[in-house]
Amino acid sequence: MHGDERISIWFFIGGVLLIYGILICGTGVYELWNPPGQKVVLGELHASVWWGALLIVLGAVYCWQFFPGRRQKRAEEAAKTAAAKATEPSRDAG
Amino acid sequence: MDCAAAFLLFAAPSRLLSLAPVDLVIIVIYFAVVLAIGFYLKRLTRTGEDFFMAGREMTAWIAGLSFLSANLGSLELMGWAAASYQYGILATHWYWIGAIPAMLFLGIVMMPFYYISKTHSVPGYLKLRYGESSRALAGVSFAFMTVLMSGINMYAMALVMKVVLGWDIHFSIWVSSLTVAIYVALGGLRSAIFNEVLQFMLIWLGALLVPIIGLIETGGWKGMQARILQNFPGGDYTHAWRTLGSFTDNPMGIHWTGIVLGLGWVISFGYWNTDFLVVQRVLAAKDLRAARLAPIIGAAFKMMVPFIVILPGLLGLAVLPMKLVGEGQAVATGGHSYNEVLPLMLARYMGPGLLGLGITALIAGFMSGMAGNVSAFATVWTYDIYRAFFRKDASDAHYVRMGRWCTVLGVLISIGTAYLVMQFLSIMDYVQALFSFFIAPLFGTVLLGMLWKRTTPAGGFWGLLAGTASSIGMWLWVKLDPSALAYVALSHNARDMAENMYRALWCWIVCVTVTVVVSLLTRPKPESELAGLVYGCTAIPSERHLALWRRPIFWAAVVITGFFALNLIFW
Repeated sequence: MHGDERISIWFFIGGVLLIYGILICGTGVYELWNPPGQKVVLGELHASVWWGALLIVLGAVYCWQFFPGRRQKRAEEAAKTAAAKATEPSRDAG
Repeated sequence: MDCAAAFLLFAAPSRLLSLAPVDLVIIVIYFAVVLAIGFYLKRLTRTGEDFFMAGREMTAWIAGLSFLSANLGSLELMGWAAASYQYGILATHWYWIGAIPAMLFLGIVMMPFYYISKTHSVPGYLKLRYGESSRALAGVSFAFMTVLMSGINMYAMALVMKVVLGWDIHFSIWVSSLTVAIYVALGGLRSAIFNEVLQFMLIWLGALLVPIIGLIETGGWKGMQARILQNFPGGDYTHAWRTLGSFTDNPMGIHWTGIVLGLGWVISFGYWNTDFLVVQRVLAAKDLRAARLAPIIGAAFKMMVPFIVILPGLLGLAVLPMKLVGEGQAVATGGHSYNEVLPLMLARYMGPGLLGLGITALIAGFMSGMAGNVSAFATVWTYDIYRAFFRKDASDAHYVRMGRWCTVLGVLISIGTAYLVMQFLSIMDYVQALFSFFIAPLFGTVLLGMLWKRTTPAGGFWGLLAGTASSIGMWLWVKLDPSALAYVALSHNARDMAENMYRALWCWIVCVTVTVVVSLLTRPKPESELAGLVYGCTAIPSERHLALWRRPIFWAAVVITGFFALNLIFW
């Protein structure tokens, strides 16, 4: 599902993960200095921080990889390269 | 932030979990994004093929994840987490033997016929293979049951949100269902599929932390087993097959023959191969190879779903300080019911932010299931009922309009069903039983239609009717005379689940027998009319020119190897 002029679903997913990651990681970092009143079991692992960071990384990778127009640009470049190769004279010819 | 304010406004005082503002922001963002996807895709949805079949341009990954996500919906996450607390690892049979072989069979054996015939639905395939009467029977029963099931799931979801978060039940029903109605009506199947892929990611990322932190707390699998044994001495909750030698040795009251033949063969093959709700996602694939790979990709992930569904239930047995009980007892004693195990585990490990992600995972699960139901309903109603029996020659734009209205209508009927169930709770049991009546015989009809060219239109129709009637008959028999259970399920000690499995097996056998006998007595279709529909009359494109790792059969072999390994590890 990657029509030329379309936004990929993976870009939407990347955007959501990035925003969620920032919110969750940000909350976790805030809680390092302002511990919440109600603690959760194994709260000392600070899951919000590293899980949020993981979401940020995943989201950023998806956004970068599937940024609108990027795939089309890569496809065009690949087509150009292929066309250039096709017009090069063969080494073993004549 | 209006929605967040509304959430707070409707929040009731009694609840299992309390959400922080950041959790509400996460939930509101989720609703905003699914609606944005619907509005974005509306401009790409112009023709009937776009609306009902997503333009048949999905990659194997998107079709495969959507295929699984449509099934992950409804009460899957909470229901099976509760079942694993109650029955232990036996619940994984619904994910492994009750799904994996059937999903691979769809990809390798059945999908070529669905795809090459270019049908738009399972009832549509029956029309091509058997004629109008079989399509009418399957189409009407599917459309009717789909919206009813959607309503029941909607009610159950609203009830969960009330218990877990204290949200008003009417608010949950209307907000979630109208959101689904908007995004499916705007973008059709394409919008449903896109959102299902998003929902799939959120379900995993929202639910995955519970088993990870849970296993850290218990000191791994061995530590969890030790704690369960300490909390529930004498019970075997962590072996999948060892206790299935007798009806009385396990809490499900089931024998391994019921699991293998009833669940592993008839019920799962019927559901994964002929329930249009899931098959529709694969029919939207861009080519035959993608259509064959999609169920295999779905199967690989399905095999891992117990990690986020079953394991939290088992961890609940190990770490929760209170013992959970059945719904009735929980109401009477003020305790917690099995159904609350997943929310309790979320509350145990998830702080602000993560809790919002976990709740979003639950909402995403509910919405993906509902979207699956309404998009399948819109297709079957428009193509298999409206176009077939009411208006044959309308324009494509007319059918797209009808599909959009049907989506809204389907949601409204679902809402009506939800309110009906609220008044008469027993309806839920009846409708769920009704749904099971059609699946097993339909599998017999489709399977014979695809693999045996001698099957005739009369054989297909009468087999389907006889199988369905026999299933209803057996269900009524046990209802009126409970001692009949000994005949239907082969034991007085059998429980509800065992009865369902054996009933499915018998009605499938009735369907196949009647289909074969009637077919042998009636005139078959000429082979020229079976091209593209039946094994032996259909040229299936060869994949030998592809590298081994690009062939669906290779990946199916990898998945089935993993399936056997998991069953042996947890034997």
